Amino acid sequence: MALLENNFPTFMQGFGYTLLSSIIALIGSMILGTGFAIMQIMPQVWIRKIGNIYVQIFRNIPLLVITFFFFLVVSKYVKMSGFTSGTVALMLYTSAFIAETVRAGILSVDAGQMEGARANGLSFGQALRFIILPQAFRVALPSLGNQFINLVKNSSILAFVGGLDLMYQGNMIAATTFETFSTYIVVGIFYLIITLPLSYYMQHLERKLKHAA
Amino acid sequence: MPMIEFKNVEKYYGKFHALKNINLKIDEGETVVLIGPSGSGKSTLIRTINGLEEIQEGQLLVNGFDLHDPKTDMNRIRKNVGMVFQHFNLYNNKSTIENVMLAPRIVLKRSESDNKQTAMALLEKVGLADKAANMPSELSGGQKQRAAIARSLAMKPKALLFDEPTSALDPEMIGDVLDVMRDIAKDSSMTMLVVTHEMSFAKAVADRVIFMADGEILEDSSTKEFFENPKEERAKKFLSQVADH
Repeated sequence: MALLENNFPTFMQGFGYTLLSSIIALIGSMILGTGFAIMQIMPQVWIRKIGNIYVQIFRNIPLLVITFFFFLVVSKYVKMSGFTSGTVALMLYTSAFIAETVRAGILSVDAGQMEGARANGLSFGQALRFIILPQAFRVALPSLGNQFINLVKNSSILAFVGGLDLMYQGNMIAATTFETFSTYIVVGIFYLIITLPLSYYMQHLERKLKHAA
Repeated sequence: MPMIEFKNVEKYYGKFHALKNINLKIDEGETVVLIGPSGSGKSTLIRTINGLEEIQEGQLLVNGFDLHDPKTDMNRIRKNVGMVFQHFNLYNNKSTIENVMLAPRIVLKRSESDNKQTAMALLEKVGLADKAANMPSELSGGQKQRAAIARSLAMKPKALLFDEPTSALDPEMIGDVLDVMRDIAKDSSMTMLVVTHEMSFAKAVADRVIFMADGEILEDSSTKEFFENPKEERAKKFLSQVADH
């Protein structure tokens, strides 16, 4: 407890950066992931190919490697902090998994829904937006919840590139106080403060949408 | 000008020749029934008319537009040609009335009050006014199909295509759906093309009957002539088979 009191501002700063990085990466990866999911179900083969290549690249390279790539390579050309490189890497990495989740959701929607919408006069985009995606997200929700929780936990890679997040601050505190055990317990609890409400919220959303169906 | 016109249309699925040299004219306001054994290409033919299936050769004119021309805007055709499916294809994430109101709202930009009024009047017409707020999952098969018909009519189409609209229904549900279709056929300006196995409906409602087998149109005659005096052997055989039921 003394550890927490003495280092409270530092923990809070780390918590803030972890939360900020997670929120940015979550929103970004949802947008990107949905975009690449849609690309993979487009009628045009070449668009599908591009979507698929993106997903295969970012899904199959370790997050840490992507992070270092941005921190050490890309930052030579575009100036970016450790926080930014880590957050961008986290966003791209997670977006590949979200793309797969959303794509599976889209494929689970009966093909008749698209045909019905097209025959009714809707364009491909309108059919996606109003009919297919709402049904796809409902199916994908449990799996998306897992991705979001993974994203928050994975944000700890920021520590490797001086990203000022919880893990980074925890490392600093542990190194200066030598109270390794308690420090990482506190760090773990801070992560739970984000992930537990998030998973409860996702479960709540799932139940709510189930009743709406 | 015919509403729908096929000129030497050919359709292939890979190597399979699904539609063979189709020539067919359907005039505005006509009600045409398309019959034939399963696998004869009836559904394929009807699905080419709103572009759900592409044709490989020939010309297909709908409302004056050539569907085989890549410059033709398919969305514009579909605005004028409604379709009713065997499996309804209602929007599962929308209530009955929203199913009817969605396309007029976003495609035709119909005003909300006008849209609601039109939708309610249509639901009334198909006997579903009390189900307006229900989700499709809460409707019976027959109700779903009637909702789907209302959804098509809300676009005020010039032509309506029915692809085996009663084939997935329990027998006791079929009558209500056919009644609604009969009502629509009475409207002299609506062009209707119906793929069906309901011979009594064809006899009572159709102006013309087209008989297909193996991707070809074998017979195209007036309803009376077709049922009383079919010319083709295969049509005779088909009629005797369906009459057994």
